[in-house]
Amino acid sequence: MNMTTPNATMKQNSAPIVSPGNGSPMGGALSIKNLTKIYDPEGVNVCAVDDCSMEIAAGEVCMIVGPSGCGKTTLLNAIAGFHSITSGEIRLDGDLLCGPGKPKAEQGADRMVVFQNGALFPWKTLAENVAYGPIVQKRMSKSEANDKAEHMLAEAGIGEFCSKYPGEVSSGMARRAEIVRALINEPKVLLLDEPYRAMDALTKSIMHESLLETYDRTKVTIFFITHDLEEAIFLGDKVHIVTTRPCSLKKTVDVNIPRPRTYESLSSEEFRTLMEEVNEAVHEEAVKAFQAGERELA
Amino acid sequence: MASTAQSENKTDTNGRVMTAPTGFALVWYRIKESLTTPRPYLMLLGILMWLFLYWLLCEGLRLDRFDKIPGPIAVAKEWFSPTPFQGISLFTEDYYNNIYVSCRRILIAFGLATGIGVPLGLFMGWSKKFKDYTFPILEILRPIPILAWVPLAILMFPGFEAPVIFLATLASLFVTTLNTMLGVQSIDESYFRAAGCLGSSNWDIFKNVVVPGALPYVFTGLQISIGVAWFSLVAAEMVSGDHGLGYLIVDSYMNNVTVPMVIGMITLGFVGWFTSVLVRIVGNWLMQWHVKALAQQGR
Repeated sequence: MNMTTPNATMKQNSAPIVSPGNGSPMGGALSIKNLTKIYDPEGVNVCAVDDCSMEIAAGEVCMIVGPSGCGKTTLLNAIAGFHSITSGEIRLDGDLLCGPGKPKAEQGADRMVVFQNGALFPWKTLAENVAYGPIVQKRMSKSEANDKAEHMLAEAGIGEFCSKYPGEVSSGMARRAEIVRALINEPKVLLLDEPYRAMDALTKSIMHESLLETYDRTKVTIFFITHDLEEAIFLGDKVHIVTTRPCSLKKTVDVNIPRPRTYESLSSEEFRTLMEEVNEAVHEEAVKAFQAGERELA
Repeated sequence: MASTAQSENKTDTNGRVMTAPTGFALVWYRIKESLTTPRPYLMLLGILMWLFLYWLLCEGLRLDRFDKIPGPIAVAKEWFSPTPFQGISLFTEDYYNNIYVSCRRILIAFGLATGIGVPLGLFMGWSKKFKDYTFPILEILRPIPILAWVPLAILMFPGFEAPVIFLATLASLFVTTLNTMLGVQSIDESYFRAAGCLGSSNWDIFKNVVVPGALPYVFTGLQISIGVAWFSLVAAEMVSGDHGLGYLIVDSYMNNVTVPMVIGMITLGFVGWFTSVLVRIVGNWLMQWHVKALAQQGR
């Protein structure tokens, strides 16, 4: 484990460390306004996201919680530029990503995605995976990128696995390397789609600590989709609870547990109260989703 | 690749091996391990049983209809004889000449089919437009049996060599192209998305996602296609050939010398197997990541 303290001097971005809540100097404020997405497979209109609005401040950890198959991933796909939107708009630091007249955002290294099932290239070693972004963007030479990749992997506590292929390491290691692969590009926003879904509780807790440690170091804006409520409150500054399909914002819960958070925060009174509040809202939606019995959207 | 033989493995105080063997040491370890399982012995026993059955039918019992077929002892005697009665043995130049001619034809045909088929399949899998242009015609040509092409091949190409190579190329081209295309289509969408996020150009995606992602399918295809190449080569040699193992088999049959016919068949089996192993070795060498991931799953 990498036990660096949150105020450690090691930084991967040249940005100075600022206190949380102050907004990151790197930017990364996401603004989603009246977003609607209608799929029409085989002529039938399916409304995945309906009039969804939310504001995410720069440097905030924003957790999106909702029943499975509700359209959370659709939201992420729209931000990342994988899918077009039907109406509404998304802005990053005031710049239009997609909106009227521009249905699909361009993919770019300012918004890095960490995928549900992991998408490290299995044919590249961990170091090659991490070095890939800067090389293809021609920001660094091959050797520079490799050095930096090895350095950052070491920082994340997996330096000795640099030359292993993703298929040879545990899912936890692979996931950590994937986050490093995202961070080397100095993104404004990190988009995570249930990255720890298939992990056991023990591995998950280690992953959470490492993500928090990374966040405290970089202050990157995090957009994190999950349906694990404990995870949502433990990691987030804000928890956005969304409704079952069509997805729209139901309720926002502010998490005021001070950072740096440790696993002891989980047993605090504050945590329990928040948990109840979130649980109530989510449960209602989960029941609705279950009764509708719709198949999950991709 | 690193193939340094590490004969000394670090051991801890209990004598347990602490570092994984690599290179030659790993191969040696695997051979030793496999000898402790019943597998190699069962395989040997299986071969002996089939040989015995073959001997029993042809030479032991001399059953009706089998008595014209040379049995294993007759074949072996001829095969290893410095002065073969029917003209073909390990000691005759003719034997190696036939093998050489067939192998050269396979090398050219397989090389051509791979050189054309892999890029064609990659582009068909990658670009929908390209697939729309090419796929229908491929699907109509593909089911035409290779023997149906023989007359056309003879009309189109001069001499003995070109038509035979054309037929073998054609047969293996279809297999390679189709498998490569399926390989590209089997690549998980999230790799393309990840590559896009990371700022790849189309060419970067082609080099770093499409090609390596399709490789496992490509090599499965190549293993099938080299088999198909042998199959159609021999068929072509039988119909319109000069020299080569297929020609040897038919020629022996025509001249009523049955032992070289069987020798030709068994040789084809061994040579075909050998080429297929070669393709597999090249594939594994190019796909270390795949081999290692499979090894982690105990395969």
